[in-house]
Order: sequence, then structure tokens, then C-alpha cells
Amino acid sequence: MSTETVEKAIEKKPAEALFSKRRKKLITDPLVDDNPITIQVLGICSALAVTTQMKPTLVMAISVIFVIVMSNLVISIMRNTIPTRVRIIVQLAVVATLVTLVSEVLRAFAYDMYKELSVFVGLIITNCIVMGRLEAFALGNKPYDSVLDGFGSALGYSWIILTVAFFRELWGSGSVFGIPVFEYISGIFGPDFKLATNGLMVSPVGAFIILGLIIWVQRTKTGYVEH
Amino acid sequence: MDLINLGIRSIFIDNMVFAYFLGMCSFLAVSKKVSTALGLGAAVIFVLTVTVPVNWLLNEYVLKEGALTWVNAELATVDLTFLRFIMFIAIIAAMVQLVEMVVEKFAPALYGALGIFLPLIAVNCAILGGSLFMAQRDYTLAESAVYGFGSGTGFFLAIVALAAIREKLKYSAVPNGLKGLGITMLLTGLMGIAFMSFMGIDL
Repeated sequence: MSTETVEKAIEKKPAEALFSKRRKKLITDPLVDDNPITIQVLGICSALAVTTQMKPTLVMAISVIFVIVMSNLVISIMRNTIPTRVRIIVQLAVVATLVTLVSEVLRAFAYDMYKELSVFVGLIITNCIVMGRLEAFALGNKPYDSVLDGFGSALGYSWIILTVAFFRELWGSGSVFGIPVFEYISGIFGPDFKLATNGLMVSPVGAFIILGLIIWVQRTKTGYVEH
Repeated sequence: MDLINLGIRSIFIDNMVFAYFLGMCSFLAVSKKVSTALGLGAAVIFVLTVTVPVNWLLNEYVLKEGALTWVNAELATVDLTFLRFIMFIAIIAAMVQLVEMVVEKFAPALYGALGIFLPLIAVNCAILGGSLFMAQRDYTLAESAVYGFGSGTGFFLAIVALAAIREKLKYSAVPNGLKGLGITMLLTGLMGIAFMSFMGIDL
């Protein structure tokens, strides 16, 4: 097969540095310039629902990082043995297995968090970023590169949902990671100084508006314009 | 009466898009034109109405704790719930394939309209979400059928409404950074406020 000979030729070249410029780009690109949420419009589905508080969002972000990195690794290792026609179902099986693993670990060691995230852990399966990275990268690249690429995309996703969660929790519940910030501020300035929380931020509407504004700021900075 | 109540709830109050953010990817990507939004919306109704009851059967007779009693009384303690994700997604992928073949054979015109959207739907979060909510809330078979249809209809309404607004939006001067995704998110937020007015309605 021609693809094999090409690969052998590449392998004979001197080994690339562990963090060469190209590999660094794999991680840093999805953070801002090619962010999966704000630029590629992927993976908005399952994540926004958990962003009312910072804590579940952090758990969600870690779970997604784990699933994307591991599934990219597995698919990339198997990439030459997967028949093209059934690749979607193979990818779904791998991702679903990893998500089941995450879900069972949460159920065993963090049951409260498991209850709070409820179906949204399961919905990582249909998170478009996971499938998108598998299709676009892992199927055609070596395992180590795929891991880096997955890690970058997952980080790009994580910082966006953590930012959304930060503002939603701060303005909606007056706290950050459960620490009642608004109460402390009122404490400093005396009882007459009271910061009001906004119920809209806790409702889904808040998430849409905050994310819309983050996208506005981010795209204005990068100069990306959608046509 | 409970069924009607559940149907109304799943369409308006627990709307897939505005209350749970499910199916957002296709909601944002396929809402540029009303005609395509209609196609995707119809396909989602179709697939949800089929997959939620089928997954109910699977959950009730295979996956739940003690569900396998009908095979053998000794299996009463077997709990296969950890297989839920992988089985549900497999059923959904298989059903989408099946629906696609049946529609292609018996309703070529409908296939022409839905065709390209059906494969997309296998990885739509709204479909898997529907089945997972069904399992979590312990619906009966009739309830799960109504719930599947209702939440599909909710998605249909949302995507068609958004597409209609976006068609008009082409003629407005939107700031560069907000073009496309940004303004659509803000729009969805405003539509969410409108849908919030249904909250608390109990038939």
C-alpha cells in the first residue's frame, strides 16, 4: 500500500523534538485562534447546561479533557485497521466506552457531582468536539500528535466554559467556587451596601447571552469575521 | 390528561434547546435557511419519536436492575445500567440507518427532503439526551413516546423560528465580531426569555 511506504519514509527522518514548534502549535492554536467553541462552533450542546456553578463546570471540563485525549489516542492507534465505512460506529463505541468509564468513576467517588451533572456526563458522547477531532485529526495522524491536538482542543473548550461559569456564578449566585464573594464585599462596606444577584444568569438564557458576549469580545480581538 | 400535560411540557417548558441546550450544534449550523431548518426539524421529530420508545424497551427489558428476570429468574440481580450509554447510542445509530433505508424505499420524496440530515442526527445531542432523560425520569412506554414526539416538536419549533429570524437578519448591520455565531447566541437568549413565559403552566 502506498500509505505505508509514505509512513516508512517519514519514520526514517530524525525524530522530532518532543515539543517542536509544530507540536506546540497543535496545543496553542485551539486556545484562541481556532477555538472549538467560539470559532468552529462545536460542542456547545452538552456543556452550557452545567455552567451555572464553577465546580460542576470544572468536573465537566476535566471529564471532557480525559475523553478527548484518550479517544484521540485510541482511534489514532487503530487508525490503519478501521474500515472507512464503519468508522463512525467504531468512534462512537470508543467514545461511549470512555464516557461510561468517566461516569462510573464519578458515581463511585463523587456521587453528589454525579447527581448534579446527571445526563450531561453521558452527553459528552455526542459532544461534537470529540467526534470532530477524531474525524479531522486522529484518523490521519500519529498517536502522540493526536494526543496533543486533543489536549489543545479540550483546553480551548475548557477555558471558555469556565469563563462562562465564572460570570454566571458570580452574577447569578454571588459566589465563585461556592465562596460567597458578594457577601464578603457587603461585609467590607457595611450592611447598607448590598450587591444584588441576577436570577437571569442562573437560567439558561444567561448562558446564551454570556457566551454571545464572550464570542463578541474574542472575535473582535482575533479579527475573525464570519460570512 | 397526564400525557397531554407531558406533551405540552416537553414542547414549551422543558424545550430541548432553550432549557437544556441540547442539539445546539445542528441548531446553530442548520438554521441559516427556513427550508433546511424545516427538513432537519422534521427529521428530529421523526427520529426522537422512534428512538425514545425503542430505548425504553431496551432499558426496561435488558438494562435495568432485575430487567432480565423474564429470561431467567436467576438473573434478577443483574444490573446492566452501566451499559446504558453504549447501548443507547448503538440503538440510535442503528435506528437512524434503518429509518433512512425505510424512508428511501417507501417515501422517496420525503427522503429527498430529509436525506442529508438523517446521518447528521445520529450524533445530535438532542436524540441521545431524549433517551437519557427518559431513563432518568422513569417514564412509561406511552409517556416516553409522547415525550419523544414532544421534545422533537420543541426542537422543530425552535429551529424554524430561529431560521426565520436569521433570514431577516441578513439585512441588518451587525458589528463584525458579532456576525454569525455571536448574534445567533444573543438571539437564542432572547427567544429563551420568550419561552420562559410558558413556565409554571400546568394543565
